[in-house]
Amino acid sequence: MRYLLLFLTAAITVALCYILDTRTVLPAPLGRLLAPQQGFWQNAEPSDADFSADLHFNTLEGNATVYFDERLVPHIFAEKENDAYFVQGFLHAKFRLWQMELQTLSAAGRISEIVGDVALDHDREFRRLGMVYAAEIWEKEMEKDAPIKQACDAYTAGVNAYITTLNSSNLPLEYKLLGYEPELWSNLKTGLFLKYMAYDLAAHENDFEMTNALAFFKKSDFNALFPSLQDSLDPIIPKGTVFSPPAVVPVAPKDADSVYFHQTDTATAVENTKPEKANGSNNWAVSGSKTKSGSPILCNDPHLGLNLPSLWYEIQLSVPGFNAYGASFPGSPGVIIGFNDSCAFGFTNGGRDVRDYYEIIFNNQSKTSYWYDSSWKPTSFRIEKIKIAGKPDFIDTVAYTVFGPVMYDNNFSGKRNTGSKNYAVRWTAHDPSNEMRLFYDLNHAKNYNDYLQAAPYLKTPGQNCVFAAKNGDIAIRTQGNFPAKWKGQGDFIMPGTDSRYAWQGMIPQNEIPFQYNPERGFVSSANQRPVDSTYPYYLGRDYPTPRGLIINRKLSAMQQITPKDMMLLQTDNYNVFAEMAVPVILKNLRMAELSDEEKAYAGLLQNWNYRSEADAKGPTVFDLAWKYFSDTVYFDEYANAPEFTERPLESTLLEGIIRDSAFRFVDDIRTNQIETLPEMVTRAFKKAVVDITKADKENRLAWGKYKDTRVNHLLRLPAFSRLHVPIGGGKNIINATTETHGPSWRMIVSLTPETEAYGIYPGGQSGNPGSRFYDNAISKWAAGEYYSLWMMKPSEQKDQRVKWKMQFSKS
Amino acid sequence: MKWISSLLLMAILSFAACLFLPWWSIAIACFLVALLIPQKHGIAFLTGFIALFILWAGMSYWISMHNDHILAGRMSQIILKKEDPQMIIIVTGLIGAFVGGFAALTGSLVRKSVKKQPLHSLS
Repeated sequence: MRYLLLFLTAAITVALCYILDTRTVLPAPLGRLLAPQQGFWQNAEPSDADFSADLHFNTLEGNATVYFDERLVPHIFAEKENDAYFVQGFLHAKFRLWQMELQTLSAAGRISEIVGDVALDHDREFRRLGMVYAAEIWEKEMEKDAPIKQACDAYTAGVNAYITTLNSSNLPLEYKLLGYEPELWSNLKTGLFLKYMAYDLAAHENDFEMTNALAFFKKSDFNALFPSLQDSLDPIIPKGTVFSPPAVVPVAPKDADSVYFHQTDTATAVENTKPEKANGSNNWAVSGSKTKSGSPILCNDPHLGLNLPSLWYEIQLSVPGFNAYGASFPGSPGVIIGFNDSCAFGFTNGGRDVRDYYEIIFNNQSKTSYWYDSSWKPTSFRIEKIKIAGKPDFIDTVAYTVFGPVMYDNNFSGKRNTGSKNYAVRWTAHDPSNEMRLFYDLNHAKNYNDYLQAAPYLKTPGQNCVFAAKNGDIAIRTQGNFPAKWKGQGDFIMPGTDSRYAWQGMIPQNEIPFQYNPERGFVSSANQRPVDSTYPYYLGRDYPTPRGLIINRKLSAMQQITPKDMMLLQTDNYNVFAEMAVPVILKNLRMAELSDEEKAYAGLLQNWNYRSEADAKGPTVFDLAWKYFSDTVYFDEYANAPEFTERPLESTLLEGIIRDSAFRFVDDIRTNQIETLPEMVTRAFKKAVVDITKADKENRLAWGKYKDTRVNHLLRLPAFSRLHVPIGGGKNIINATTETHGPSWRMIVSLTPETEAYGIYPGGQSGNPGSRFYDNAISKWAAGEYYSLWMMKPSEQKDQRVKWKMQFSKS
Repeated sequence: MKWISSLLLMAILSFAACLFLPWWSIAIACFLVALLIPQKHGIAFLTGFIALFILWAGMSYWISMHNDHILAGRMSQIILKKEDPQMIIIVTGLIGAFVGGFAALTGSLVRKSVKKQPLHSLS
């Protein structure tokens, strides 16, 4: 009996320890997670935490000091430039390690290592897109450039210097929750991060959906649904600009009309993951002639996924060669969007189509050769070994052709049916490039010429690079490595058997559209088509126009501009798309056929001033009315279309009905009579009112509540996210804040002799959910407020804004 | 007073062990103290239970207070499915308490079986 009791209690004790230390019984190792000396409690940062430290590393070349201000922004002063990158790497790791590693693991297709085979499709998708292949090519190219190699080496050493200080107690919280540990950083990981951004910004294409649309619609319908120019376009480089004749004249294959533009086979393959289409941004610079101070002002707000920990980390780098301040990417050295003592720089996405698909014909299942220009060419193979938590490794063999990797074949369809077809992807991110040099040179830039030297290093993702300098210069370049395409090339899947369909060359650097100190006194971009139709190269058909329109209208009208005016413009909630659409809706809405309730909601639309403020109800009514109108108009046309068929831009519908009330798609083709625009508008509005009433009853008709913006933690854990952020704005609005997407860093730099700069991002400097610096800027960001950005001088060490001091010296 | 000294010893040893060893070293600490200091089984269990409850709940409360309960609030949402910083502190204490209590009881039972068996009978 005695022994039985002993045995029992001993067994209970051991079992408790085991159960609470593993995930075998409970979903989380509660003992390990809750133990005050090792678990999550160790990540509960004291609100008066002291970030000061005295650190010694033998890899340093000299001394460096970091002054943290009251927002935990580090001001790094280093005697040697490379030491500044070491310190930057150390700080990125100290405050953001988990996200840095997660993003690079995701890019490398290694998420299955952490979460098991639920991520296998994601991992295969990224491997097959050639993300690691691209990062390896980047690394080789980067290593040819000694200063960049040194910067990357120092950065990597800094990250690893921090990682080696980690133990089970001070590990970032997410590692404890998910139960894994960080590995050492490498330059390749920095490359993977850059390719992740290339994916996010320059991997958007809709070749499969467009091919389906081409196969499904008659030619005249297709052309009306997918025009390459919008009437309302106000391009980045103004209309009327004269372009020189092209150096590269791409020629469409003679049989393109019958083979390529006449595809009848609906390919149903569509990737299961796609970069967010709304990844756009605003940037502009106004010259001194339009500002109150007489000095230029540069503004930029990149619109990206709103996440915690934030994508950005604010930093000042001060070394003998330069002194720069701005937003940096945890994962990469240098300042990405910011300013130095001479100039300021920023970016918006170019949005060009630089990723095309080719259909490959293989000899047989072995895929050892493929048919190209009338002969069998040997395939090369890349073996992707995917580790899976709790399961044996998965080996994926990817065939590489002259175009690039064969992403989809009989082995991998991305959970979609590709039948027996093989599709290779041609993507500019696979080409050798050294984007780090762009940021390095911009950080060092003193004038417009330095900016001109730096810009061509930006290959992928192509960006509209805005620039302003203290000497008064302003400029914008629609920069990137873009294929010179013949009209329609790459809009659809191309034959991979014929070199005439390959890209015939890239657009030369001296034909990149740009503006330098234009007469109108400002440059701007908002992801719209960069130029009008007189530009000699084909640019695709997928650009949003409204934000560019309203920005240019406002900037044209503004004079005596102050930074405060720029804040109001960056956070402006005027919906120019609604300004064009609402009158057409109201004109065609048959009031007589509406019930009292419907009339009341129509009244909200009538009285709306087109401002999508958080407390306004008009924007919600408009959003739903437009959505139902669009659905009603196109429902019949798309009723029998393949599941993944491209949808037209909303501007196409709006401009169609403005141009012609008998717009060809308005009629319901399934009925015998001809439906008119008023009929369809009224029908759609009645449908919309069902949703509107529901929202009203639930007390969420106010736009901010209806839109319900949130800043998600990268693991989508609500407890680590900021939900129900009260903010207006939205699609087609300068303040482009949608549900989970929006201005990820707002920056305004007035290049007065003493720089005056403002900025804010929806997050905080610390990635630790247990820190008061985790999400401390979100409320202020939502309210449209800014922090003053402090370009600290060496003489200001005693300034009261300095809260902590971290000393780095050689050991 | 013996139970107070074993309680203190268990708490101090557990704290010290966790500076170097995994969290479950609290079980070893409580087991050893109960093995060396004779107590009734029930008292031994309670001593381990209370020692670790005080240690773990106390430490987590101290940490949480200095953190303005930010993380306790977030983690309670994940673990308890509702925001309740106090409750997550109590749960932390209870987890330590049960492990400590059972480890101490085991120690006490081992001590008794070893003591009841004259050494010569083992040979």
